[in-house]
Amino acid sequence: MRRTVEEAILPALVALLVAAVVGDVLILSFGQSPGTVYRLLVDGTWGNAYGFGQVLYKTTTLTFTGLAVAVGLRAGLFNIGAESQLAAGGFLAALAGLLLPTGLPALATLPIYLVAAAAGGAVVGGIPGVLKAKFGAHEVITTIMLNFIVLALLNYLTAAHLKVEGTLHTAEIHAGALPRLSSMIEAFRGSAANVVLFIALITAGLVAWFLFRTRRGFELRATGLQPTAAEYGGVNVGGVWWQTLALSGALAGIGGLNYVLGYKHYYEESFASGAGFLGIAVAIVGRNNPIGVVLAAFVFATMSQGGLAVNAVVPKQIVDVLQAVVIIAVAASVPEVRRLARRTA
Amino acid sequence: MIILAFLAQTLRIAIPYLFAASGGVISERSGLIGLGLEGYMLGGAFCGAVASYYSGSAWVGLVGAIAGGAALALLYAVTAIRFRADQVVVGIAVNLLVTGATRFFLRLAFHSSSNSPRVPGFGAEQSGTGLASLASNPLIWLGILAVAVMAWLLYRTPYGLRVRAAGEHPEAALSVGVPVDRVRYVAAAMSGMLAALGGAYLAFDQHQFSAEMTAGRGFIALAATIFGRWDPFRAALACLFFAAAETLQIQLQGAQVIPSQFVEMIPYALTIVALAGVVGRAVPPAALGRARE
Repeated sequence: MRRTVEEAILPALVALLVAAVVGDVLILSFGQSPGTVYRLLVDGTWGNAYGFGQVLYKTTTLTFTGLAVAVGLRAGLFNIGAESQLAAGGFLAALAGLLLPTGLPALATLPIYLVAAAAGGAVVGGIPGVLKAKFGAHEVITTIMLNFIVLALLNYLTAAHLKVEGTLHTAEIHAGALPRLSSMIEAFRGSAANVVLFIALITAGLVAWFLFRTRRGFELRATGLQPTAAEYGGVNVGGVWWQTLALSGALAGIGGLNYVLGYKHYYEESFASGAGFLGIAVAIVGRNNPIGVVLAAFVFATMSQGGLAVNAVVPKQIVDVLQAVVIIAVAASVPEVRRLARRTA
Repeated sequence: MIILAFLAQTLRIAIPYLFAASGGVISERSGLIGLGLEGYMLGGAFCGAVASYYSGSAWVGLVGAIAGGAALALLYAVTAIRFRADQVVVGIAVNLLVTGATRFFLRLAFHSSSNSPRVPGFGAEQSGTGLASLASNPLIWLGILAVAVMAWLLYRTPYGLRVRAAGEHPEAALSVGVPVDRVRYVAAAMSGMLAALGGAYLAFDQHQFSAEMTAGRGFIALAATIFGRWDPFRAALACLFFAAAETLQIQLQGAQVIPSQFVEMIPYALTIVALAGVVGRAVPPAALGRARE
């Protein structure tokens, strides 16, 4: 037990250390003092209600994309397509919203939006799943390729048929807007955090229950550990593959609600803006554990928002660099720590 | 004349693909997934522009690009080989790293968040279609040469044999004395240098570096690598085909025959079709993405 805790914590500590060193070097190269920059970062994120609200907003999307990638990885599948699945979910939800009569209450429309967003993501995720199950096409490549295809398709549909003239977004949706947190807690005023955050937390709980407490979840994990053995054990591995990727896509798709219905109330070209790819980082750092994913999403959201807070002093892209450093350090130290743990055992 | 202009533009668009896809072929044949090509290209474009700007010479710029690409590829290779990190994860992280780092250092070096000042490039001022201006650009020739050299290296040299062995069955290769890890490091470095040359070509062609200027070209090169079934010549044909489709799209822009987004999809859609194997399946190197046991 102690060893598993070490295995989970050590890579994160290594990553933090490496990121701190790289961050210091970058800040010093810009002629600034690391202490000042880090203080700005903390003040702009956790230090005030607005900043914290923005962190929560970003945590929401990243939780969904992180869960999407984590569920895939638990089944031994690498879903690099969360970016386009997120966009497709948001797109279909927006489409549903534009068709629904105005003035419907959020409680009546929410199930429709959830189904639409999940369906959008599930289709985009399910295609590579079927291609893998039926033809053995590797999902890493097909999901990457589908990202480009689906985003181009959505851009075409938006540009040619749906956009408001002079913008890159659709008309505003008036049916069942989801309430922002500021309607409950006044201090959050102005921040984009909204009730989709709670949907994200509930979803994380449901995913944990599914993975660790249901037969399907067990089959999923068995397939991830050793597909051949799972097959012998009576698991339909091909079925698990495409169903898992469809589920993974659905999770990412629901994340689209955060922007489309919780924040802007319209679909906009490239609103995903990297949240899908960051989902990979969230899943890796969160060690494919739903609770870990929520925590990692919070950390990465803090970094993203922190970049905006320090931008006046050092370029905000310092955060992209540090996020990449964290991913590389965790990816490199996980196998290393595991080997060390085995050796000392 | 129209055909000549079409061919010239196709070649201009294809050159960065040819460089990067040649790099993709050597990397993947050795067993290392080529997901970082986009990052190597962008890093190469940036280092090339910086070196060219401060030295005033495009040749020095090329050296800078090569050094930058090799450094990034070795970072990838060390984490993937020495530390056995997941190649997919690190490949994607390298792209994220380069996107952020180039923008960061763009502000540090040139006080701009979008582009560098004008940098020296090769040949006559580009006019867009002229074959003469094409022929005067040494990178055009290098790009074509890269494909031929890669084919020779892969199929006609002992090193090429080792690369293919490392990519198909690293343990077997190791047992007969092939230094698998070293073979892969060299392959990675080559892929980084080649992709970086493709990036430098872009920067020199536009006489500046601009943020995220590679715009997914590394992934098109990866698509060409796969669509070309990990063979240098077939990958080059795929590059030319993708470039021709883009050229057609540019030339038809006024006519609005096919929405540009559908032309953008071509390389990716074809790659999926090739992987799904509707007409002859594309089978990757057996040990692709796997660290040596």
